[in-house]
Amino acid sequence: MMRLNTVASNLANARSTYTNPEDAYRSIKPVFATVYADRAAQTGIASVNVESFVRVEREPVAEYRPDDPKANDQGYVYAAAVDTDEEMVEMLDASRNYQNNIEVVTTLKALMMRTINLGR
Amino acid sequence: MSKIADHLGIHQHALNLRSQRNEVLASNIANASTPNFKARDVNFVQELQKHANHGPMRTTSSQHMTDLPSMSGPVQYRMPTAESLDGNTVELHVEQMQFAENVMKYEASLNFLNRKITGLMSAIKGE
Repeated sequence: MMRLNTVASNLANARSTYTNPEDAYRSIKPVFATVYADRAAQTGIASVNVESFVRVEREPVAEYRPDDPKANDQGYVYAAAVDTDEEMVEMLDASRNYQNNIEVVTTLKALMMRTINLGR
Repeated sequence: MSKIADHLGIHQHALNLRSQRNEVLASNIANASTPNFKARDVNFVQELQKHANHGPMRTTSSQHMTDLPSMSGPVQYRMPTAESLDGNTVELHVEQMQFAENVMKYEASLNFLNRKITGLMSAIKGE
């Protein structure tokens, strides 16, 4: 879900322009880390959590648009450093993983309900 | 009580192991896009044989080590057919198939247990 949120933020800012390249938006990516349960070596149970968010080290592209109100003296604006194709791939992968996890939870929940009703 | 446990037979252990394996497989699927995560699985046959013959190993002293990863432990690392670049060895299609299979077999064990309990109940009631 965090990953889908970052993709949404990145895509929302994809077309914004800036006067200074330092101010330009750079895409945000979550860093995943495994959270191991107690005695994980024996049980093998692990969850996942977002450890931190990083901004990608990518330079914004300079575009020559003298009519843009944000253009600098030379007529250039800096577009946000967001690769929309990359974000779309990211979104697909994230939503598939999300669906997968929901499916697992639904199945396990159904199994648990049947186990609770054992012997009836 | 042990007579009832004997009657239920291997299925109670099988159900336990299946549920443990479900948890491991769910962990794998949850970590499908975590870098450097190594997929794991329960060696079901080997674990069930332990129960069939002489029960699980027990720790009789507090100094016995219980949390060591070992080659013959219940949970082992999966050998990936194609490891991804970020060091993650979870292959979603494999995990999904294993999970589906495990859920099916869990239901089978559950059905066996259910039938056995129903049999016991009708014997008790004398119907």
